[in-house]
Amino acid sequence: MQHGIGQPVTRTEDPRLLTGRGIYVDDITLPNQAYAVIVYSTIAHGIIKSIDTEAASAAPGVLLILTGEDAKADGLGGFGPAFMPEDVGIPVPGHRTSRPILAQGKVRHLGERVALVVAETAHQAMDAAELVEVDYETLPAVTTAVEAVKDGAPQVYDEAANNTSFALRMGNGEAVAAAFESAAHTTKVSIYNNRLTANSMEPRGSNATYDRASGETTLYVSTQNPHGVREELSGHIFHEPETKLRVIARDVGGGFGMKGGVYPEEALVVWATRKIQRPVKWTPSRTESLMSDDQGRDQTVEAELALDADGKILALRWAALNNVGAYIVGAANVPVMFSLRLAQTVYAIPEIDVGTKAVFTNVPPTTPYRGAGRPEAVYIMERLMDTAAHEMGIDPVELRRKNLIAADAMPFTTHTHYVYDSGEFDATMSQCVAAADWDGFEKRKAESEANGRWRGRGLAYYIDDTGIFNDRMELRFDPSGSVTIVAGTFSHGQGHETTYPQMVSDWLGVDADNIRFIQGDTAAVSFGRGSYASRSMIVGGSALRYAADEIIEKGKKFAAHVMEASPADIEFADGKFVVAGTDKQMSMTEVAQWAYHPAGLPPELGIGLEGVGGFAATSPSFPNGCHISEVEIDQETGKVYLDRFVAVDDMGIVMNTLLAHGQVQGGVGQGVGQALLEDLQYDPDSGQLLTGSFLDYCMPRADDLPSMEIEMNEVPCTSNPIGVKGAGEGGTVGATPAVIIAILDALRSEGVNDIPMPATPERIWQALADAKKAA
Amino acid sequence: MAKHHIQTTINGDEVDVLCEPSQSLLDVLRDELHLTGTKEGCATGDCGACSVTIDGRLVCACLVLGVEVNGAKIETIEGMADGENLHILQSKFIEHVALQCGICTPGLLIAAKSLLEENPDPTEEEVRYGLAGNLCRCTGYQKVVEAVLDAASELRGA
Repeated sequence: MQHGIGQPVTRTEDPRLLTGRGIYVDDITLPNQAYAVIVYSTIAHGIIKSIDTEAASAAPGVLLILTGEDAKADGLGGFGPAFMPEDVGIPVPGHRTSRPILAQGKVRHLGERVALVVAETAHQAMDAAELVEVDYETLPAVTTAVEAVKDGAPQVYDEAANNTSFALRMGNGEAVAAAFESAAHTTKVSIYNNRLTANSMEPRGSNATYDRASGETTLYVSTQNPHGVREELSGHIFHEPETKLRVIARDVGGGFGMKGGVYPEEALVVWATRKIQRPVKWTPSRTESLMSDDQGRDQTVEAELALDADGKILALRWAALNNVGAYIVGAANVPVMFSLRLAQTVYAIPEIDVGTKAVFTNVPPTTPYRGAGRPEAVYIMERLMDTAAHEMGIDPVELRRKNLIAADAMPFTTHTHYVYDSGEFDATMSQCVAAADWDGFEKRKAESEANGRWRGRGLAYYIDDTGIFNDRMELRFDPSGSVTIVAGTFSHGQGHETTYPQMVSDWLGVDADNIRFIQGDTAAVSFGRGSYASRSMIVGGSALRYAADEIIEKGKKFAAHVMEASPADIEFADGKFVVAGTDKQMSMTEVAQWAYHPAGLPPELGIGLEGVGGFAATSPSFPNGCHISEVEIDQETGKVYLDRFVAVDDMGIVMNTLLAHGQVQGGVGQGVGQALLEDLQYDPDSGQLLTGSFLDYCMPRADDLPSMEIEMNEVPCTSNPIGVKGAGEGGTVGATPAVIIAILDALRSEGVNDIPMPATPERIWQALADAKKAA
Repeated sequence: MAKHHIQTTINGDEVDVLCEPSQSLLDVLRDELHLTGTKEGCATGDCGACSVTIDGRLVCACLVLGVEVNGAKIETIEGMADGENLHILQSKFIEHVALQCGICTPGLLIAAKSLLEENPDPTEEEVRYGLAGNLCRCTGYQKVVEAVLDAASELRGA
């Protein structure tokens, strides 16, 4: 089928988006709307002695000013973690935090929300916000996990000794210690997986309006999870039934995990519109986004690998610190726990002993950012493998080949109780090595050197665990015979408006033009969990399959009635219900139309044709793949030029190659960003943000990236009915180590054995200078 | 503060608008004229989401004051297609799936059109440098570059 599964179908959403007709949250203007501006904490840690709003209140156009005291007086709650380890069966107590929507008594990071100002115009609100006087008693701040766990460090919470919320450890410490004793070779790396931010090109934003007639508030918001926003606001902030709040997300300009949770501003505009009974809109500046968005990564780790003389891994050991910032909110514990759970990645490792601590500091919270714990785990493992290969004089491909989990060992249970259902790691790596012209490297290296550039190559093998939580999808035919997909997931760039109809068209034989798609409105979608963690195709796609199955089963009954046959004799294929062994048949569309016939239908068939599907993976799916990069480094300037990038990915069955390749390319772009450019930096003494604009937080641009070569090795997943594995994160997980390893390969001849991320020209220049000095 | 009366031509239409002296061209387009296809990504001229042309010159609308465009000819994304007929760049963006979330796409299209007007036969490297002022977080730029090169080739052939 031309528009069916696997076809490179172009996107339904694109004509709208590329003519300027997309409707992102800042494009929504409501009649008589007022404008909100947030007063953010200007310090990283301190006690709020007083807030003087008198001058601000008197400023032109000001309608409303609210502070933490008002929130307290109105009985509004705060945001907590979606789960702590103890909530998911890990008997480890942890310090649980509640993030207020406006600070009460204390601020714990720069950019914490202190007051809300609402005025007639955005400029008036900004001017008035400048007049809000907050008197702080500044306290010493701590910004890094390494400093925060030391005795005597500033305490973010008095109740959390050494700023530690909880410590987790997995594996067998004793067995690992014994393995290290007997090992022929041990390798050690120290890693700082740096702090990043998603920087979706559309900032967060919201617009809320209260309807006096119905008592309902509607919140327009840029989010990945509209129902999650409603659940959090209703349950934890306003303590009211969810029927009071309708949440709508239209076009959303990227999220990458950062918009997966809920933010104080979303509560503030809802609260404010109810107070002034006018719509209240909030649009942040880029600097406000950099300061107030939840952030990602920030893990410091000491890692070791024990190997026998042949290069077979005996044991893996690492101890990490995860800087979770000032609050543990939403899915904050996902990256902390997932880095541990994926620790052994794709290798058959006899014993592991891995642990981390969730450490509070005076910087914003970390929550999932594209990869969320998997990039950390894979970066550690691949850096260890590369370092070991170099130290032992073993080819890095060969060392991996000796240790990869074999395809015939599937299903394979890891030390952290993941069951890898499928995967051809060795074959996928071989495919990538061939595609990357591995053997032609030496020639290219010689050419580079002749041009004053060092060349290096890096191979990384990644794995990801995808498909978290359950979800719900509906298919509803209307009396004309068109069908509507009602999605619990939420596409914000992934192209669900295209791929889901592709699948339904394939399964039900309905023309794609007759398939409509609805998402992102809690009044139109009864329930859903949104899109994040590469979950939508696995969970949403599988649920959609079950919804289609229900349609087919119900359709058989209608068809049997109309064609005067027994339902058991009706067969469905190619969009037709056929009475077996006869030429009597009805199309799906005809059956759907009959289902709305005004009279004469047996009551047990009900009215109309619709199906609801739910899916919860009993085990995650495990997309995996091999990435190989080649870099050139200018010997004069230290600048890295990413010259070649090849990826071979196993995402299971691919629904749409065009879109799947796009996910890999975009993911790689972000992974390369971390390796070469991106870094959130805070002044260690004051906790001030040093990277508060695009001038300082360096984003990958078109001239920073090469054209990549993307191939697939489709190994169907066996833990869901459609054989898919997550597509969204793998590019990011694999690219970062592939690039850093290539840089180290290029610089080893100069005595450089380590480089921090991002590997900026200055850092490379410094590493070269240090190596020269040490030589 | 008194508003200024601006007369300008936007996508071929003569437009009269009153604007504050502090409003950027981006604010005027979005807030006064409701032409919301031009997006704000940073308001500091670093991301290119608000790319428009003024008298044929590519600019970030966030860095131009509304009062500066009196008498100028402005082209925005809303004027790129000819009615329902998409510009070849728009068609190629669809064909190559050169967008994901789409928020940066209007700016990229305006910048790409401007690039091809100056250089109808760019190399891949020239396209990458030419579009380096436009940030895209979703695509890794590859399909954007492919679409622009393909459009250039087709425009030359036409």
